[in-house]
Amino acid sequence: MSWELKLEQAASSYDPILLGMDIGSTTAKIVVVDRGKIVWQKYERHFSQVRKKAVELVTEAAPFLEGRRFCAALSGSAGLGLAKAADLPFVQEVFATGEVVEALEPDTDVVIELGGEDAKVIFFKGGMDERMNGTCAGGTGAFIDQMATLLSVSIEELDRLSLQYERLYPIASRCGVFAKSDIQPLLNQGARKEDLAASIYQAVVDQTIAGLAQGRRIEERVMFLGGPLHYCKGLRNRFQESLELSDDHAVFPEYGRFAVSLGAAIYAGKQKAFFTYEQWIGHLVNATSEQYGKVRHAPLFENKEDYENFLRRHDRARVPFRPITEYQGPAYLGIDCGSTTTKLVLIAPDGAILHSYYSSNQGDPIRVVQEQLLQIYERIESRITLAGTAVTGYGEELIQRAFHLDNGLVETMAHYRAARFFDPEVDFILDIGGQDMKCLAVKNHSIDSIILNEACSSGCGSFLETFAKALGYSVDEFARLGLFAHAPVDLGSRCTVFMNSSVKQAQKDGAGVGDISAGLSESIVKNALYKVLRVHSAEELGRNIVVQGGTFLNDAVLRAFERELNGQVVRPRIAGLMGAFGAALYAASVGSGTSSVLDKTALASFKHSAKTVTCKGCTNRCALTINTFSGNDRYISGNKCERGATLALGLEMSGKPEESIPNLYRFKREYLRSLAGKSNIGAPRTIGLPMSLGMFELAPLWHTVFTELGFNVLYSGFSDKKLYAKGQYTIPSDTACYPAKLMHGHIQKLLSQKVDAIFYPCLTYNMKDHEQSDNYYNCPVVAYYSEVLRGNMDALKETRFLYPYLSINDRKQLAKGLHANLSAHFPDVRKAAVDRAVRRGMESYLDWMKRIRAEGERALAVAREQGKRIIILAGRPYHVDPGICQGIDQLIESLGFVVITEDCVSPKVAPAKVRVLNQWVYHARLYNAARYVAVHDDCELVQLVSFGCGLDAITTDEVRSILDDAGKLYTQIKIDEISNLGAARIRLRSLLGALEERSATPKG
Amino acid sequence: MRHQKDRVIFTRKMRRDYTILVPTMLPMHFTLMASVFRKRGYKMEFLKDDGRNMGDVGIRYVHNDMCYPAIIVIGQLLDALLSGRYDKDQTALLIMQTGGGCRASNYLSLLRKALQRAGFPQVPVVSLNVAGLERNPGFKISPSMYGELATCVLYGDLLMLLRNQCRAREVNRGETDSLTNRWLETLDLQMRGPKVSRKTFRETMQKIVDDFAAIPRRQEQVVRVGIVGEIYVKYSPLGNNNLEEFLYQEGAEVVVPGLLDFCLYCVYNNVLDNRLYEMRKQSVIMWRWITGYLSRRKDDMIRILREDGHFDPPSSFGQIASLPDREACVGIGMKMGEGWLLTAEMLELCEMGVKNIVCTQPFGCLPNHIVGKGMMRPVKDRYTDVNIVAIDYDPGASKINQENRLKLMMANARKNIGL
Repeated sequence: MSWELKLEQAASSYDPILLGMDIGSTTAKIVVVDRGKIVWQKYERHFSQVRKKAVELVTEAAPFLEGRRFCAALSGSAGLGLAKAADLPFVQEVFATGEVVEALEPDTDVVIELGGEDAKVIFFKGGMDERMNGTCAGGTGAFIDQMATLLSVSIEELDRLSLQYERLYPIASRCGVFAKSDIQPLLNQGARKEDLAASIYQAVVDQTIAGLAQGRRIEERVMFLGGPLHYCKGLRNRFQESLELSDDHAVFPEYGRFAVSLGAAIYAGKQKAFFTYEQWIGHLVNATSEQYGKVRHAPLFENKEDYENFLRRHDRARVPFRPITEYQGPAYLGIDCGSTTTKLVLIAPDGAILHSYYSSNQGDPIRVVQEQLLQIYERIESRITLAGTAVTGYGEELIQRAFHLDNGLVETMAHYRAARFFDPEVDFILDIGGQDMKCLAVKNHSIDSIILNEACSSGCGSFLETFAKALGYSVDEFARLGLFAHAPVDLGSRCTVFMNSSVKQAQKDGAGVGDISAGLSESIVKNALYKVLRVHSAEELGRNIVVQGGTFLNDAVLRAFERELNGQVVRPRIAGLMGAFGAALYAASVGSGTSSVLDKTALASFKHSAKTVTCKGCTNRCALTINTFSGNDRYISGNKCERGATLALGLEMSGKPEESIPNLYRFKREYLRSLAGKSNIGAPRTIGLPMSLGMFELAPLWHTVFTELGFNVLYSGFSDKKLYAKGQYTIPSDTACYPAKLMHGHIQKLLSQKVDAIFYPCLTYNMKDHEQSDNYYNCPVVAYYSEVLRGNMDALKETRFLYPYLSINDRKQLAKGLHANLSAHFPDVRKAAVDRAVRRGMESYLDWMKRIRAEGERALAVAREQGKRIIILAGRPYHVDPGICQGIDQLIESLGFVVITEDCVSPKVAPAKVRVLNQWVYHARLYNAARYVAVHDDCELVQLVSFGCGLDAITTDEVRSILDDAGKLYTQIKIDEISNLGAARIRLRSLLGALEERSATPKG
Repeated sequence: MRHQKDRVIFTRKMRRDYTILVPTMLPMHFTLMASVFRKRGYKMEFLKDDGRNMGDVGIRYVHNDMCYPAIIVIGQLLDALLSGRYDKDQTALLIMQTGGGCRASNYLSLLRKALQRAGFPQVPVVSLNVAGLERNPGFKISPSMYGELATCVLYGDLLMLLRNQCRAREVNRGETDSLTNRWLETLDLQMRGPKVSRKTFRETMQKIVDDFAAIPRRQEQVVRVGIVGEIYVKYSPLGNNNLEEFLYQEGAEVVVPGLLDFCLYCVYNNVLDNRLYEMRKQSVIMWRWITGYLSRRKDDMIRILREDGHFDPPSSFGQIASLPDREACVGIGMKMGEGWLLTAEMLELCEMGVKNIVCTQPFGCLPNHIVGKGMMRPVKDRYTDVNIVAIDYDPGASKINQENRLKLMMANARKNIGL
C-alpha cells in the first residue's frame, strides 16, 4: 500500500482537516491535510523570525483553512517556545516523527532524521528507542551550512561537488568545530573541493552513528528524514554506503522534509484540539514573546562621544603608508597565508607600507597569491626591486614552495616581530584570527610563553563572519550594530557550537541583531581570556598589551576585550595584517638584496594541480596531497614524517630513518609490538588483551601471567581509523575521550580472532609509583571501562569477558582475585599456578619499568652528547598508540629533538609538591616530569591531552604553573580523532622558534 | 592531604566570630543541617544567589573544562565574597566533599587556588566530609553531631519524598508547599533544641506522615519521573535549571532518591574496599557499624511509611546495594563519583515502577560515562519499557536544548501510560 493510501486511512478516524507546523532551529514547515490528502505544504528558512514566519505560513495556507474547523499542533525546537508563548498545542518533534512513521511506514526499523541543529535516531523494532544528539554534537544542517561557507560554495554546489569525489579524508566527527580544524588545513594544502565536500558529509554520517547508535545496529529498513537529507544527495549516498544499505532498505520518502509537520498533524487529530483559522492565527499573533530570563550585559558604548574617544586613542597606533607610485628602491614582501584569509604587505626598508592586501582566501589561497603577486609586479614596475620575501601562516610551506619565496617563518614569530615594531616594550600579544588564537608573553625581549587555543576554542573569528553573513550583513556592519546595542545577550563561551545554539535561543527570545553582535564579541573575548589564556586580571597579561588579528579590527570585539580586562591595549591600525607585516620585516632583516620569487613571466604561466594518495611508508597511512606547480615542481603535504614526502616523490629513502637517535615512544611501541607472537603459539587456549588504556603499561604483567598459565596471548594491536570505525556504533557516551572510544574497536578486533576469553580488569587503584602521592588511583575511565564494554557490546557474549576487580599492589591479593575469576571460567587453573604466574608477571612488569628508565637514561645521554634538545612528550602510557598520538612524536623528532616519555624521568625527582589533590598515578608523573624539566636547561615539556579528559582540566593548570615558576615554556597539544597535525606543527615550531630566540638573547 | 599544609586553618576563635558561607545543594536538607551547627554557636549562611553570574564568575577562576558543579559552586562562593556583603577577614567557606577517584575530590584545592587568585588568601575553607580528610580545630564534628546530621538528612529525605508524592496530585494548589514549610520550621526548632531521641524522631516522622496523608489528593494517574545523576546537578536547582520544578509544571510526579543513600554509599564503600581488596583492616568494623546504624535509621522511616500506607516508601539501603549485582549491571567496586549507586538508583526506580528516568550529569562527567550513560542500555535490556534520558549541564548548554529532550521524555511517558 502506498503511503498516500495509508495517510488517508490514518486520517479517516480524525477530523477531516489537520494542520501541522514544524518550526525547527533554522526552517519552518507547514502541512495541511484534507481528508487524508496533503493539500498544502511549504518549507522555508525563518532566519530566527519565528513568529513572523509562522504567521506568514498560516496566512498562505488560508484558502485551505478559512471557514473550517481543524485540528492543529506545533512542533520543533523553535515551535516549543512559540507554542508556550501562544498557548497552542505542542508535540515534541521526535515524538511526532514516531507518529508519522507508525502511521505511514510501519515496517520501518530505524529512522534517521537530521535537522538544522539536532540529529535524531529512532529505533522501532526490538523496543522503541528514541535518541537525540547530546549538547556537544550540535549542528548538522548548521554544520553543513558552515562548511559550505568555509569552502565558499553554496549548499547546492557543495552537494554537486560531493558527487564527484575520488577519495575521502578522515575528518573528525566529534563536532563541527573539530571537523573544521581538520578541513581548514586540508583546504590550505590544496585538497580538492570535491573530496572535501564528500568528506564533510562522511563526517556527518560518522557523527550520527558514533553519537546515536549507542550499541544498536542501524540496519534493515532505514528511513531518512529532514531537510539536509532531502536536499543533499551526496549525504544520502554517504549514509547508504556507510550503513551498507541496499536501495530497498534505504527509504527516502518524498515527504521527508515534512515528516515532523505531518506527524504534528496526525498527533493533532488524535488530541482533537479544534481551531478555526481566526483562532489559530490569533494565538500566533498575540503570542507574548517568551523570555528565558537571559542575562543581559551593559552596552559596549554609552554614547557616541565614548566611541569617538575610543577611536581616537586607537588611531594613534599606525604605520606610515607611502604611496607605491612615489617610492623607488628595494622593497620586502611578507605574505601571511592564514586559515581563512590571505594577507600581503610590501614594505620599504624602514617599515613604511607601500602596498597591502587583505582578503578571504576563497578556499584557494594559491590563486589569490598568484593574482596578488601579478598585481604587485604590475605596480612596482622597474622602480622597485623585490629584495626579500617571506611567508608565514597555515599555508606557509605550500606558498613558499609554489612561488619560490626566500623565507618561511612560523606565525608566532612573525607576529612578535610586527608587535615589537609598534611597541618595543610589548610584553603581551594576543592575536585572534579566523581560526586560531595566539598569545605570546614576552620577557626580557624574548618570548617567554606561547599559548595557542586548542580545537574547542577555534574558529571564533570566522564564526563571527559566517554568522554575520547568514544574517545578511557584512562583518563591519554587523560589528557597528553591536557598538551601541542596549542589552548585549549572554551567549556563553564554551565553543562556537554552543554559541550558535545560544544565539538561536536569544533570537527566539527576541534579541536584536545588535544585541547578538555585541554578545558574540563578548563571548569571543571571554573564550580567549578564560578558556585559552586562563587569566584572571589584566595585570597577569602584562603592561604593554598589543592585540591584533583580523578579529580585533572589529571595534565591538576590541571594546569588549578592554572592558573585560578593565584596561587599555594597543591595536595597530593594521591589526589584520600583522602576520604579513612581521614576515616582511623578517624578510628585510635577513634579506640578501635579491629574491628568488617567481618572476612576472613565470607567474603569468603558473599552473597548479593537486592530487591525493595514501602514503604506504608506515602504519600511519597518511593521506598525502601532492601539489604540482607549473609542470614539474612538487610539494607534498599531509605527511607526518619525512618518509612520506620522499616516497611520494618517488625518491629512495636515504637509508633508514635515524633509528639510532632514541625516541621513547618508538621504543615502547616496538616492545609492545614484540609481545605479540611471544606467547604459547598454538596452545589450545587463547586469551585476548585489548591494546588500549591501562593495558599499555600493564601488558608485560598480564602477558607473562597468562603465558605462564598456558594461554596463547593475542593482542588487538595498535589502533587506527578503521579499527575505530568497527566499534563506533557501540559507544554509549560520545563525550568520552578518544582512547576510551577506541576500546570498542579493540574488542571487535579481538573477537574477530575468535579468542576464548578477553581480559581487561577493573583496577580502581594502579601500581603505587611512590609513597608520596595522596593516593594512587586510576582515572574512572581507565579503571572501569570494561563495565561499559560489557553493558553495550552484545558481541562480547560470543566469548568470555573477564573483568575482575583486582588489587594489583598486593601480590597475594592479586593472585587470589585472579584465581577466583579465572577458575570460574577455566576450572583447571590451579591456585599455585596463579601464584607463580603472578610472581613472574610482576617480575616482567618491574623489569619493563626498569628498561624504560634505562632507555630514558640512554636518550638523555645521547642527546647531551650530541647537543640535542630533549622534549618530554608527557601524556599517559596509552598515548604511545600511533592511532592516538597521530605521529606527534615523529614530528617532534623531525624537528631535531630527542623524544622521551614522562615516566622515565618521573622517578628521578622528589615527588612534586602541588596545590591540587595528587591522587592519580599517571597524572602524578606529569607533575614530576614538569619538575624535572624545571631544573634542566636542555629539556622542554610538551603535554599531550586527550579531548574530554576531565582530569587534565586539573593537571594542565598545575603543570603549566610548575613550568611558569621555573621560567620554562609550556606547550600543550590536544589530541582527538583529528588527524591533521597542522595545529601541532605550529605549536612545536613556535616552541622551537622561541627557544632559538631565547638562546640568541643573553639571559639577564 | 600533605600538599595543603600551608592552608588557612579554621581555628577555635574563628568559630565564634566568623560567618561560614555554604553553597546550597538541597535547600531543605541544608536548612536543617545548619541548625545543628547554629546550635553550637556557628554562624552559618546558605548562599541562595541565582543566575548566570555564578557561572561567569566561576569560569574566571576555574578551568573551563572542569565540571559544571565546580564552576558554579566556586563561582557562587567567590561571587558572595566579591559582592562586599561579607567581611573578608571574618568569613569562612564550607564545602561538602566525598573524596575518591573522581575529579570532584579536587573542588577543595581548586577553591583554594581560586581564593588565592581572587585576592582572598586569608579566607579559610572547611571541608565537610565523611572520610575525615582535613582537620580544623575550630570545626570538629563529634559523633553526636554526626548523629544529629543524619537525623536532618532523614527528615530532609522524608519531606522531599512526601512533598513530591503529594504535589502533583494535590487538590488545593499550594497546600503541599505550605505544609512542607511549616514542618521545616518546626523541625528547625527541634534540631536547635536538645538532642532528638530515637523515640522523638520516630514520633515526629509519624506526625509528618500523618499530616501529609491528610492533604486531599486526586486519584488520577500521573507520569512519574525519577531523577538520578551526579549529586550536585541531581539535587541543586541552580545546577539543573530547576529540573524538579520543570517536571512538576509538565504534570509529573518527581521521584528523587534521598541524600542518606549517598551518605551510606560513601560509608559502605570502605566496607567494600575491605571485601574486595582487604584494605582498611583496622577501620572496617567501624565502617560496618556506621553502615548498619544509618541503614537502621532509614528502615525506621520506611516502616512508618509502609504502615501508614498512603505513600510509596523508598527501598532499604541493603536492597539498593544488592541491585547492581543482582541485575549484573555494574560492579559494586565502581566507587568513583556516584559510582554503583547511580546505576542502583536507576534499577531501584525501575523496580518501584517509575519507568521514566532523567539521568543528570555535568558535561563530560567521567564517572557518568560508566555508571550513567554507560549503563542505560543494560538497564533498558532488563526493563524494556523504561524511558531514560540523559541531560548534560554546562555553563554553555542552552536551556531550550535541555527542555526539548525532557519534553520528548514526557511525551513518551504519557504515551506509555495511555494519557
